[in-house]
Amino acid sequence: MPRADPPAFEARELSFSYGDRRVLDGVSFEVARGEVFGLLGPNGSGKSTALAIACGLRVAGSGAMRFDGREVAAVSRHERAVLAVVFQRPALDDGLSVRENLSLAARLRGISGSLARERVARGLADAALESRADDLVKKLSGGMKRRLDIARALLDEPRLLLLDEPTSGLDEASFRRTWEQLDAERARRELTIIVATHRPDEAERCDRLAVLEAGRVAAIDTPEQLRAKLSKDVIVLELEPSEDARDSEAQRREVSEAIELPCISGERNTLLVEHERGHELIPRLVERLPEGRVRSISLRRPTLADAFLKITGHALEDDGAGDAGEKAA
Amino acid sequence: MSEKVEDLATTAPAERAQREPRSALSQELAIIAALWRRDMLHLLRERSRWLGVVMQPLFFWFLLGSGMADTFKLGSGESYLHFFFPGVLIMVPLFSAIYGTITIIEDRKSGFLQGVLVAPGSRISLVLGKVCGICTMVLIQSALFVAMAPLAGYAYGTIHWPILALVMVLTTVGLTGLTVTMAWVLSSSQAYHAIMSVVLLPLWIVSGAMFPAGGNFMRYVIRANPLGYAVEGTRAALGGSGDLALSLLVLGGFATLTLAMAAAVSRR
Repeated sequence: MPRADPPAFEARELSFSYGDRRVLDGVSFEVARGEVFGLLGPNGSGKSTALAIACGLRVAGSGAMRFDGREVAAVSRHERAVLAVVFQRPALDDGLSVRENLSLAARLRGISGSLARERVARGLADAALESRADDLVKKLSGGMKRRLDIARALLDEPRLLLLDEPTSGLDEASFRRTWEQLDAERARRELTIIVATHRPDEAERCDRLAVLEAGRVAAIDTPEQLRAKLSKDVIVLELEPSEDARDSEAQRREVSEAIELPCISGERNTLLVEHERGHELIPRLVERLPEGRVRSISLRRPTLADAFLKITGHALEDDGAGDAGEKAA
Repeated sequence: MSEKVEDLATTAPAERAQREPRSALSQELAIIAALWRRDMLHLLRERSRWLGVVMQPLFFWFLLGSGMADTFKLGSGESYLHFFFPGVLIMVPLFSAIYGTITIIEDRKSGFLQGVLVAPGSRISLVLGKVCGICTMVLIQSALFVAMAPLAGYAYGTIHWPILALVMVLTTVGLTGLTVTMAWVLSSSQAYHAIMSVVLLPLWIVSGAMFPAGGNFMRYVIRANPLGYAVEGTRAALGGSGDLALSLLVLGGFATLTLAMAAAVSRR
């Protein structure tokens, strides 16, 4: 019978405010050992702040945290020795070479001698940057910098890795390589990951997700279960673009009244209709549509972005109250 | 499955044991050494900086000193280039502290600083790493400049070398503590430069570096200015006049005070 391990990380009722603005409002979640746990939410939902509190860059106004079951009042040297963070901006020195950056990271964590050389060599290999080892970091592409930054974070073999929007701004290929690098590390040893993201494709890679909205946890579940809240098909009505916002609002209302079905506003200029059998509904829908209002109709399976919209009533791409304060650390 | 869990349960304490030898002190020293080494790598890499390192004090001393020589007739009959030399030497820690510390603001912007802040270790080590880097830089640069001392009329034989080095180090630590404090508090490099040019440069001007303390209020200004003691200590260590013991005492106090300030703000 497996022994029940305490969670690798536990946040209980964490709250945090910048002045009058409540950024986190009683956020609680548990991350099991070896789990990839996602904090899914748009900018300003408080996910970066939650990570900043977990790594000790910020101190929560109230609430508690546990690392491996141990209650921690303030993140100390002890916790920092076993965790590593990948921030939105790579924590690299642009003016030093790839190898020098890894070697500096090793020294900063007190690793020296042959162990340091071994870890630096492994980091270079994992980041697939051996051929660029002596190039200055400023000459690397965004994707390469990201891989190097992850190799930097993994150098001291942390048990808990915090990732803050690790693939934001990366293209599809770099996104995949970044996660391959993380998966390779997880295949080698037990590594718990908490990742803050607003990318549905990144959220899909998590074992479980906390859906964050305006500093609160709206739901915690596996990606499958979150999507299952929308077990139906999603029909996307793309409306004709209109110049001003009022017109487009009126247009949405007109279309939604015409089709006589509950629908929600999607990203950009779309209306979403959920239905068990989307393909059967479409012909009927088309008959009811007012002329010249809808540009296209399409049918798809629900995504995590749809699930987020359904749960919180807001699109993932919405900008929240602004992320400026959140990023300053 | 249960086998795998067993496996993990037994590896965790072993992993912890492996981390044990890194004591708090060795961790702190490793951080200081790593940050010092980083500054040295930058110094070695940026060749153009060496031109400034070697030429700047020399230019200042020779051009400004020669230009002013006719205006300032010192009562003692001392040549102005002789008088001005210790003052220019104190510009070395001044400029090194200002320019060397600006990297803290740049590191915060680039994201590098955050990576250091979440590593195990205390923030005072981060400050001390910076201080060590700047001290090394100052010692190299001032050695190159002091090599010219005979041109200003200071013979190598009359220079108290260890005391001169001590004055330079204490002055550097004091100034770096101050600039680190400012860099930590201010978020932009523009604000930092603005504050530095209205605080530190005037402080140097009224330190007795450019003109001697006359009989007027300037005497008290120089007495209240830590850089006044830096210039006086330097002048004495070079073999000139001045109260060396008092200078070292004040500079030691100045260094302790500003380091404490830097340590305090960096904890926030």
